[in-house]
Amino acid sequence: MKFSLIVHASPFSAQTSSTAYRYAKCLLEEGHQIFRIFYYGDGVLVANQQIAPPQDETNLLTSWQLLAKTHNLDLVVCIAAAVKRGVLDDNEAQRYDKKNANLALGFELSGLGQLAEAIAASDRVITFGN
Amino acid sequence: MIDKKSILIINQSAPYGSSKARESLDVALTCSIFEMPVSLLFIGDGLYQLINNQSPDALNMKKHEAMLSALPMYDIEKIYITEEDLESIGLTENDLAMPVTLIQRDAIASLIQQNDSVLTF
Repeated sequence: MKFSLIVHASPFSAQTSSTAYRYAKCLLEEGHQIFRIFYYGDGVLVANQQIAPPQDETNLLTSWQLLAKTHNLDLVVCIAAAVKRGVLDDNEAQRYDKKNANLALGFELSGLGQLAEAIAASDRVITFGN
Repeated sequence: MIDKKSILIINQSAPYGSSKARESLDVALTCSIFEMPVSLLFIGDGLYQLINNQSPDALNMKKHEAMLSALPMYDIEKIYITEEDLESIGLTENDLAMPVTLIQRDAIASLIQQNDSVLTF
């Protein structure tokens, strides 16, 4: 089956973000396809490459990056939610006159149209909210 | 070309205090732009999103009911609430900012079944 996931939760204040990652990993192990992961609301914070959790804690950012690289996943971050939370790619950093871009490698900023497309293209859409 | 899958958005968050209500509305409007049929169900605290005469100025927030008034322009007219929820917060349909379809709580399951995709906010 073809799945898409929507991740709403902040990577550090809620368990849900980590649950989404484990769910995605499990889907792939079971032979399902993932059309897209869409990060929305505080969920976008996981795509900040400046994230530096303590070494004895799981780093969700690198976990997602590794999973995406291995399985060629489409990780899309809602641009409106990201920009207001300071998660910027080169274009947005330039547009808003900010010193640095900080969108982590493997993630892409785009609009809600990508979510609509994911809903249309997937057999199942799972929300990881909080 | 996007398939026209029908979407049910379940709103269970209050209009203020979190960004959920606003985010939900943005998704509803976007899906409608892509001509996907959108239905909205407001349950629990989500029902407060529909109340008229909201005054969030003190919170420096925009009026959520005013933003919801854009829904008909986007052809989103299937708006559901349950009689039980309305009764439990002690309000009537006259207290709501827009016309809604009243359903029994039991009917939520078939509403979910009728739609291709369900999102929760």
